[in-house]
Amino acid sequence: MKARVTVTLKSGILDPQGKAIEGALKTLGVSGVASVRQGKVFDIEIEGADRAGAAVALKNAAEKLLANTVIENYRIDVSG
Amino acid sequence: MKSAVVVFPGINRERDMTRALKLVSGREPAMVWHADTALPAGTDLVVIPGGFSYGDYLRCGAIAARAPIMDAVRGFAQKGGLVLAVCNGFQIACEAGLLPGVLMRNAQLRFICRDVYLRVERSDTPFTRGYNAGQVIRVPVAHGEGNYIADGETIARLEGGGRVVFRYSSPDGIVDPNWTHNGAMNAIAGIINARGNVLGMMPHPENHVEAAMGRTDGRGLFAGLVDHFKLAA
Repeated sequence: MKARVTVTLKSGILDPQGKAIEGALKTLGVSGVASVRQGKVFDIEIEGADRAGAAVALKNAAEKLLANTVIENYRIDVSG
Repeated sequence: MKSAVVVFPGINRERDMTRALKLVSGREPAMVWHADTALPAGTDLVVIPGGFSYGDYLRCGAIAARAPIMDAVRGFAQKGGLVLAVCNGFQIACEAGLLPGVLMRNAQLRFICRDVYLRVERSDTPFTRGYNAGQVIRVPVAHGEGNYIADGETIARLEGGGRVVFRYSSPDGIVDPNWTHNGAMNAIAGIINARGNVLGMMPHPENHVEAAMGRTDGRGLFAGLVDHFKLAA
């Protein structure tokens, strides 16, 4: 089973890296970019086919390590 | 004062810290490896030093905060043991839940390595009894992620409880955004937990403890700790 955990900064948290990328896009002449926020993507392979078990394990992984919930939100998608 | 310095892969300030502790307390600290599960018996002070634990992978301090030794450090802190967490140590302490908030990328996106001025906000903690409240000290910083942030409620709790111990300031002790090199909220350079036994700070007091280093402003922190344990004995 494949899963993807996407970690993004909560709104209102200043993202200097996103701002720098936004500036670079403007420098490159990429038009129409209003703003950029940088996040992280974790592709995780889960052993077995127990979807409920996987959901618990992934939530655990996200809460305990992948995201710092003080500043970040996470989303879990399971496929296959 | 029996101190223990916790060492993670990628930490690089443990020797500076050990040297400062030995110089001021007269006692060689124990070095404790991240994979250990217990602190040496009779430890008075646990120090989490600076560096780049696990190459700053994931988030600064995130992996180290989940290392086996951290359960022992948390248990030690819960029993009232003193924990000093400097630079990457501060990031680790926040990630481990020992202190609130997060150290984010410096607002200017640059790694900053130079001396800064700190206003000591309180002298009535075991960590700052070697200073006077309002005193300004000059110590080095060396970090890319020292921009302290927390939600409004946490900041209010920290400020209301007098838990901001060090603040970036001008040489005259004036707090001003121009003297807050990393953009930290309320110019926060160091905080203590509610119980007052865990201190996290970004600057490096251990790098200003002997004349050969140019200044000795950091010595007061270690001398204060030694005094604290002498009085307790």
